[in-house]
Amino acid sequence: MPKVLRADNMNKCLGCFTCMLTCAAVNHNNHNLAKSSIKVKTRGGLQSKFAATICVACKEPACAEACPTNALVKRPGGGVKLIEEKCIACEKCVAACIVGSIHMDYDRKIPIVCKHCGACVRMCPHNCLSMEEVSE
Amino acid sequence: MIGKDFIRVLYIDLTNKKADIQERKDLYKYLGGAGVAAKLLEENMKKGVDPLHESQPIIISIGPLSTIFPVVTKAVATFISPHTGEYGESHAGGRLAMAIRNAGYDAIVITGKAQKPTYLVITDKNIEFKDARAMWGLDIEETGRVIREREPGPGKRSIIRIGKAGENLVTYSCVNVDTYRHFGRLGIGAVFGSKNLKAMMIMGEEDLPIANLKEYFKTYQEIYKKVTQTDAMAKYHELGTPMNIKVLNSISSLPTKNLLQSTFEHADDISGETFAEKNLVRKVSCVGCPIGCIHIGQFRREFDKGYEYESISVSYDHELIYALGSLLGIKTTDEVLQIIEEVELAGLDAITTGVVLAWATEALKKGLISREDTLADLEFGNTMEYVKAIDNIAERVNEFYYTIGKGLKEAVKKYGGEEFALLYGGNEMAGYHTGYAFALGQTVGARHSHLDNAGYSYDQSAKELKDDEIINYVINEEKERAVLTSLCICLFARKVYDRPTILKALNAVGINWTDDDLTRLANDVFFTKLKIKKELGYSLENYKFPKRIFETPTMWGKMDEERLNRLLKMYIERVEKEYEDWSRGK
Ligand code: SF4
Ligand code: SF4
Ligand code: SF4
Repeated sequence: MPKVLRADNMNKCLGCFTCMLTCAAVNHNNHNLAKSSIKVKTRGGLQSKFAATICVACKEPACAEACPTNALVKRPGGGVKLIEEKCIACEKCVAACIVGSIHMDYDRKIPIVCKHCGACVRMCPHNCLSMEEVSE
Repeated sequence: MIGKDFIRVLYIDLTNKKADIQERKDLYKYLGGAGVAAKLLEENMKKGVDPLHESQPIIISIGPLSTIFPVVTKAVATFISPHTGEYGESHAGGRLAMAIRNAGYDAIVITGKAQKPTYLVITDKNIEFKDARAMWGLDIEETGRVIREREPGPGKRSIIRIGKAGENLVTYSCVNVDTYRHFGRLGIGAVFGSKNLKAMMIMGEEDLPIANLKEYFKTYQEIYKKVTQTDAMAKYHELGTPMNIKVLNSISSLPTKNLLQSTFEHADDISGETFAEKNLVRKVSCVGCPIGCIHIGQFRREFDKGYEYESISVSYDHELIYALGSLLGIKTTDEVLQIIEEVELAGLDAITTGVVLAWATEALKKGLISREDTLADLEFGNTMEYVKAIDNIAERVNEFYYTIGKGLKEAVKKYGGEEFALLYGGNEMAGYHTGYAFALGQTVGARHSHLDNAGYSYDQSAKELKDDEIINYVINEEKERAVLTSLCICLFARKVYDRPTILKALNAVGINWTDDDLTRLANDVFFTKLKIKKELGYSLENYKFPKRIFETPTMWGKMDEERLNRLLKMYIERVEKEYEDWSRGK
């Protein structure tokens, strides 16, 4: 069964950003955590709780529907896969995702889209993140 | 810069609102952090000029491993200390290192003075000088909030700022870093204040491609495992540093009531365990650290009759519980947190504030100063009066508070009481009355911090205190720490980052250093700091330790004044000789 990323235990989050450093490194070959697909933020200053913006793995992905060149295709279990060669960097997907999961990598001129690879989950020291098995 | 053989320095001139960037190959051999920041201070400082003169620099530096390896989290600031008049160095965690890294810089040098209160916005794309007039006078929390709401980029930015103490040039005002961390000691807050610099916000999306992902991520994971799966660092997450309160108390090493005592009858009531059970509400991390040592405690305050409460969260650590707890005779965790909050909002260094107030308490009792001076009934255990006094320090409300706003070195010149002024090398005492290595270590350390060479750790682990060994330890440990702090590795991770591990991490990002290179760096940084100190007129000749430290027993019993003086002499002789050799080798 396919798996998707979940962030159900963000109450445990330390704000260490290891998940972001990992995603940026392994998926985008970059040290800048601005390249990470998962985005941990405070709800408003460090005195508030942490929250994670992640791709929630839509079964009917609005991002893909908005894409004029079919660069985003549905992946089994939900969410999308980016076919880089087809992407024209129009940013329509960014606007279409209502949870704000997609943002642009202006250096490479492609959107940063979660692969549901689970790398961030493996490196989170406090078990805030998980991979959930879902139906196709 | 990652993957490059130079240090990318951002120069900011507040007077002319100009910025410049230089790629400095010559600084590369100092790696970053304390090494680069000390070198840049040496270059930019003005000898014989007031530390708060506008021409004096503020330097902030990160290292080549910052953020991209576990627990490499610190940014190092250097400046001329308005508190001691000599070398100033302070370290802070939080998000600052990440933000500087992402903005694409290795070091920032700030000089000049803004005409009006200003805050700086530094990104990879721009440097902006923004109006902070309306923020002048705001506390740390409000200043943070205003900038958070005005500027974009939650999660990826770092906001550092001063409070009233910094604005009013109190020589132990701090710079708050991202709410829970600080450039604490030696008065960098006043240096910000003297430049009309209220705050800085830093962030960036600089492209930082990884040269060799396989090598890098393999090494990253190895170190990550060491950090999270061995017990090298577990204690920092569980109770955190406050576990020391009980430990030190049980061995007569917990400075209490201005060190009239070294055990505290209420130690259990303010121990790390009690904080954890009663007040701890969460733990957070600096960016890049999987440990989460920052302990946040909460207390409830009644602000009005009729069950009107507010809840307040502040971070606590051993040093704060010592300086604002046991040293002032404070008996409950709630009260300690309340005093910490006041110190936080004003933007003061917690250790020095506590030590100054402890001295003032005793000076008042002895009649060296009067109630007209203090405007508060300072008495050990009297929380609310201390809260009042802290605000008075930040506001410098009268001549007395103006004077103690320059620290105990100045206070005793005017009011006397130097026998019980807890000073080591001109800086107020840290929370360990463990014995000779601590006393010597804080006195001779480059920044007069207990963390320079961790003498307290030697005192606690030695089977027997031998003079030669103490000297060796204090010198070698400080040199070894110069390597760690030049890499901006959090000192809590010192057991994880032994030399082979450091070399592995450096090699993984293409810095092919050897063990000899690290030794060279250790010496260069150690003696560069000493050179700066000498140029600023620093000397330990005729240094006098305060009487009090010999009157109250340590874990090794009462210290003998003659022996400590002898140790100091031995240290000076040995370091002077090494310094000459080093200077000649240059
Ligand atoms: S990127 Fe947004 S719209 Fe697309 S699948 Fe994920 S959550 Fe849904
Ligand atoms: S699942 Fe993979 S792609 Fe998605 S946020 Fe985590 S590391 Fe990034
Ligand atoms: S790795 Fe885990 S604890 Fe750290 S920021 Fe991400 S979700 Fe939070």
